[in-house]
Amino acid sequence: MTALDERPSVVDPPQPAAATSQRRRPSTPRTWLRNGGLSNFLFLVPMLLIFGMFSWYPIVQSFVMSFQKTNLVTAPSFVGLDNFVKVLQDPLFLTAAQNTVWFAMLALLFGYPIPLIAAVLMSEVRRAKGLFSALAYLPVVVPPVVAVLLWKFFYDASPTGVFNSILAIVGIGPQPWIQSITAAMPSLVLEATWAGAGGTIIIYLAALTGVAPELYDAAEVDGASIWQKIWHITLPQLRGILLITLILQVIGTAQVFLEPFLFTAGGPANSTITVLLLIYRYAFQNSLGGDYGAATALSLMLAIFLAVLSVVYFRLTKSWSQN
Amino acid sequence: MKSPTKIVTLVAVTLAGVGLLSGCTANAADSDGTTTIKVVSLIPGTEQAAFDAFDAQVAQFEKANPDINVEGVEYEWSAPTFAAQLAGGTLPDVFRIPLTDAKTLIANGQLADMTAQVEALPYFDTFNPSVLSNAQDADGNIFGVPREAYGMGLQYNRALFVAAGLDPDAPPTTWDEVREYAKIIADKTGQAGYMQMTQSNTGGWQLTAATVARGGAMEEVASDGTVTVTADNPATKEALTYLQDLRWTDNSMGSNFLYDWGTINQAFAAGQIGMYTGGSDLFTSLTRESNMDPADFGLTAIPLTDAKDAGVLGGGTLNVVNVKADDTVKDAAMKWIAFYDLNKLVDKDAALQDAQTLAETDQAVGTPALPVFDQATLDQSREWVKEYINVPQNQVAFFAEGNVGRTIVGEPSAHTQELYGALDTAVQSVLTDKNADIDALLDTVNTTIQPLVDAD
Repeated sequence: MTALDERPSVVDPPQPAAATSQRRRPSTPRTWLRNGGLSNFLFLVPMLLIFGMFSWYPIVQSFVMSFQKTNLVTAPSFVGLDNFVKVLQDPLFLTAAQNTVWFAMLALLFGYPIPLIAAVLMSEVRRAKGLFSALAYLPVVVPPVVAVLLWKFFYDASPTGVFNSILAIVGIGPQPWIQSITAAMPSLVLEATWAGAGGTIIIYLAALTGVAPELYDAAEVDGASIWQKIWHITLPQLRGILLITLILQVIGTAQVFLEPFLFTAGGPANSTITVLLLIYRYAFQNSLGGDYGAATALSLMLAIFLAVLSVVYFRLTKSWSQN
Repeated sequence: MKSPTKIVTLVAVTLAGVGLLSGCTANAADSDGTTTIKVVSLIPGTEQAAFDAFDAQVAQFEKANPDINVEGVEYEWSAPTFAAQLAGGTLPDVFRIPLTDAKTLIANGQLADMTAQVEALPYFDTFNPSVLSNAQDADGNIFGVPREAYGMGLQYNRALFVAAGLDPDAPPTTWDEVREYAKIIADKTGQAGYMQMTQSNTGGWQLTAATVARGGAMEEVASDGTVTVTADNPATKEALTYLQDLRWTDNSMGSNFLYDWGTINQAFAAGQIGMYTGGSDLFTSLTRESNMDPADFGLTAIPLTDAKDAGVLGGGTLNVVNVKADDTVKDAAMKWIAFYDLNKLVDKDAALQDAQTLAETDQAVGTPALPVFDQATLDQSREWVKEYINVPQNQVAFFAEGNVGRTIVGEPSAHTQELYGALDTAVQSVLTDKNADIDALLDTVNTTIQPLVDAD
């Protein structure tokens, strides 16, 4: 018998009827215990309790609350779909939805291609690749609140502000940045892109290592330029990861909260209020007890919208990502 | 389950999980017979000396009341954090709320009934009835203890006045003068001559102050109690047009237009704003939390127009007790409130002890205020501690002198925070959009808030 013959067959040999029935025998408490079922369960208990208490229970509770009128102190009362109607009739809802879409579009415009271009360029660099990676990732290490406060300082609209001083050197007058209805949202996106690009760059860099070097060698032999290599090899090879980062970015931008909350609190004149900030306002703007019903109703609507969007997106891109 | 190691690991993990969860439960009551109460102390970020003064007062209180332990909790009232703490049940036993919030919190059953404790105070009869009424329900039950009352004033930076060639001892007395001075400050110093709060409901609050100063009202209450939102009244339009002129005609409001209570104080203390309206009690916060040089601080009365109903918007805070408190905690809380906030106003020894403690730790004594009891009591308490007064009275005297004979007007009563939030948008629009339509903005406020009022 050769070594090859000793390998297990890929196809299972026919099993005797008795053996099959033994394998399918229903598990009894005794066999469950003997097979380590109890220890498995007990190991799971802490995690089940923690997730149940801090994650699943709040999700279920907020679902229930979206159909209630409650201030979390006195007894809640069920109000049917009133909270959903109230949210949909709120003029701020439309403003918040439009602003969120505007933020997402700007973020895609700036935030989607920039990390990809940076990653491709960095992958081409021969020396100090680690240094570039570290520099790119550095903003991600800065705590988000600190980053926003830092940029708030940069965005000082006076002529002596950091960015305005730099612009003055090249002959451009002071800009209002976050103090203007039209400039506030792009300013927020700029900071968000700076803060978030590093993480995406690292993902792309990791994916780029998976692209077979033979493909580039072959292209080089065929006389392909660097842009042809990127277009015909790199991007098709990154297709799967690009699709994932795109939907993750859409989901992330739909839930943008930190930047508008800390930079502008939704101002000036509601020009940066987003859906999540509106949820926050429903819940916490009024010191006398928030409208938690409206807040959870809008949260539920947002969650359903994003879930449907994700399913549709993956259906539509399924064939492309597999090819 | 045959391996002993496996069993030990399993038990350890289970115990760790159970222990983790049991850590979430509340502390048990004191077993030695003492009562522990959690009370609000100071605003987060306050300088250490102020905390030292607070700790010294806690020690004095605990010495006089050995059966009560006091734990200080840092606290700054703001609408979002208060709502979250209220909903989460994490407020301390004794906390503070604005006068305007009391009625609704009482109606919602969210405050402890302190009637017995407050009525037992020896000086109960001397409370200013117009202030105390904010803490009472329709049956006269008392749910809070007045702590301080203030009127809106015009804060001004004396250093910027000097830098602009203005006399800091001759602050403006009319809105026209404010505009004139603001223009001079902006032109001469490059800083904002005049600014106002705009964010987190404070924009609406200050617009209401400006409206009241021009004889208007954001809400009108009919004899049958029906409330009509009147944000589009002529005084509010005048106040917004005034801001529009300063911003777009004079360019004397600087370049930053997103300020809430904390950030405008910081900007003012840093010499970036010449004048703004705010409560008369800001001296302590400006000098202790924002490190303003006391010599730069100036306070004068808010200008009033000749309108018949023009007045000064008032406000104040109440000490209230958590609704979960039992009688023992309520009694202890009342003792603490009396010790920390009230006795110093009515008892000479307590006044001297309090002033001495504050002065020794370089804390403010003699901040301008309105009477919680009556004017004579306030004047008497100031007389007792005059040797410790360290707030430069010559820099704030214009406030008291200017307010003689003026009417103090209360804040709007119905859906105050939502109203202020909606007015924030109007203020921000005027300051950031040259073509802002004031009539349309105020109409929007009316149509947004009136349905909330009608739904009550």
